[in-house]
Amino acid sequence: MSNSTTTIIEPRKGWAPVDLKKIWNYRELLYFLTKRDIKVRYKQTVLGGLWAIIQPLFTMIVFTLLFGRLAKMPSDGIPYPVFVYAGLLPWTYFSNALSASGNSLVGSANLITKVYFPRLIVPASASLAGLLDFFVAMIVLGALMVYYQFLPGFAVFLFPVLVGLTFLCAVGAGLWLSALNVQYRDIRYVIPFLVQLWMFVSPVIYPVSIIKKEYQWLLALNPMGGVIKAYRASLLGHLSIDWFLLGISSVIIIVLFISGLFYFKRMERTFADVV
Amino acid sequence: MSETVIKVENLSKQYRIGAREGYRTFRETLVDAARAPFRRIAGIMNTQSATRYPQSETIWALKDVSFEVKQGEVIGIIGRNGAGKSTLLKILSEITEPTEGRVELRGRVGSLLEVGTGFHPELTGHENVYLYGAILGMDRWEVTRKFDEIVAFGEIEKFIETPVKRYSSGMYMRLAFAVAAHMETEILLVDEVLAVGDSAFQKKCLGKMGEVATEGRTVLFVSHNLGAISNLCKSAILLDMGRIMTIASAKGAISQYLHSIVDIGSGEVELDKISSEAYFTKISTLDSKGHPTAYLPLTEDIKIRFEFDVLREIKGLEVSFSLYDENGTKLFYSGASKSDFVQCLDFSPGRYIAEATIPAIFLVPGMYTIRAGLHQPNFRMFDQRSNVLRFNIIETGSQDYRYNNKNIGSILVQFKWMVKQCGEADST
Repeated sequence: MSNSTTTIIEPRKGWAPVDLKKIWNYRELLYFLTKRDIKVRYKQTVLGGLWAIIQPLFTMIVFTLLFGRLAKMPSDGIPYPVFVYAGLLPWTYFSNALSASGNSLVGSANLITKVYFPRLIVPASASLAGLLDFFVAMIVLGALMVYYQFLPGFAVFLFPVLVGLTFLCAVGAGLWLSALNVQYRDIRYVIPFLVQLWMFVSPVIYPVSIIKKEYQWLLALNPMGGVIKAYRASLLGHLSIDWFLLGISSVIIIVLFISGLFYFKRMERTFADVV
Repeated sequence: MSETVIKVENLSKQYRIGAREGYRTFRETLVDAARAPFRRIAGIMNTQSATRYPQSETIWALKDVSFEVKQGEVIGIIGRNGAGKSTLLKILSEITEPTEGRVELRGRVGSLLEVGTGFHPELTGHENVYLYGAILGMDRWEVTRKFDEIVAFGEIEKFIETPVKRYSSGMYMRLAFAVAAHMETEILLVDEVLAVGDSAFQKKCLGKMGEVATEGRTVLFVSHNLGAISNLCKSAILLDMGRIMTIASAKGAISQYLHSIVDIGSGEVELDKISSEAYFTKISTLDSKGHPTAYLPLTEDIKIRFEFDVLREIKGLEVSFSLYDENGTKLFYSGASKSDFVQCLDFSPGRYIAEATIPAIFLVPGMYTIRAGLHQPNFRMFDQRSNVLRFNIIETGSQDYRYNNKNIGSILVQFKWMVKQCGEADST
């Protein structure tokens, strides 16, 4: 029974690859932490899971009045409520997941200083838990699509890929922010601010088409830019997928995620001492 | 059976201390980064400042610690606060990284540095058992298989579907320990988990620990409860200031520890302020003439004097102490109020003195240590000092020499005896 596993503990230096086997061994913990976050989220609230719908729904109503009716924002010929909701849906998930994972390590300080597990699980589970809200909020989109008579086209098969990209983007940015947050508490104040600004450079309330064609790639440098545009195309069926923008965004997301992994891994060993 | 499962070589851990410890702001880092080239130049010019941090800002929590543990051994780790005990366990359980050195562990490692870390108050006992199990590295099937056993051990069958925020703290600790106690790892690292809960629970934990020890699993056990260490462990490691002072039999290490922790000879100790409500300022042992000394004659009444400051109105404050013998066994507890705490006094802010008199010919000659406490019974601890003062009861005359080196326990008692003849002996 004894020498089944041998662990060597030594000071490590520099950059190290992510130990996938270790993370796989702790998949149960990822599952239970995610489950915990989901279960706890709406405990002792009157409206419970309805909050997952209320947040994007009311934002949609306010935005429709403000930007759709008053400011007469163009929306690629799609009724503004559907247009803005299709953008708000991934955006709400992304921004919640980003704040949750960015603050996750500091929030689990007691766990980190007392128990060993791959720390990656903490921001990952924080981002995973928000997915349930995302799918619940899709009900409203479904209702809007029925009301305004939209049918998703063939591109709907891209939807799972887009969800995956959004998740990777949230985790990737979350890895950077959560690791930085351990070291620099400034990040706690940066996150809400960042999320707010990020929304305005993402095509949530406006279509990408208001930007001149030759400058649109700039918008896709913001990874959520290309992704949100693709969500609309994938779900509403009226528009075609802009593969060029989506491609740029995907590459940036992957770079963000992988660099986040490495930075996180590098900082991981000091978390317990510094947090 | 005698295979080495834990091998620790020259393990060291350095921490930064002082005002700049812990997290830094961006500004500091930017300033640091800007200064770095200059520092490097300064480093070339002046070799002494070439180290990364100035010496004064760092502390070695562990320094050159090496030892080996064989399979099935149960080793105690003792030492005063800050000796590096918890740091050692944290490194062994991979929570933090060593600065130097190497550790080799054979087998699955389970560590229990704090009971109930990761319990979520909103979740039910049932859900928390699975969550906590996962945190400790158990898989779902392992927990499911042992679920009934865990619940039974924790004695909370009735409340298992209740959110743990509604639990009493005792129930909470019981459930948490129950989960941890059912980990099936080959190596178990345990830190001070027995310091919590009521005495019945502590006894249960100790029993479980004893059981674990007999199962052939390897255990490293940190505790201030020297009685538990000497009961559970064959040998012990004594740490002081991050270094190993001794690796010896549990009894030997404990006695060396007790001899090292208190400055014997003075019979009094001045204490720092550690509470903003009530704290001890000085504790002393006095001979019959009222002089502080650590050597007290067997034949005289002795006094233990507690001086303390009370900084706000406190109702029902109890001054108390426990007395421990050389082996760390608790002999008794005594409080200033009458038994059952009914008559604890109310204190207004001020400086106070409390004295307890230990009668002559009561303690067997030998060494004793005191643990002092200022508390509201069963409610709040303001100041608690373990091993705060040590004193010796010494032989003072040939008449009492009979007590020396005899195995007669720690307390001298004078009971009423009756001896008389009650018949003829059976002479057949």
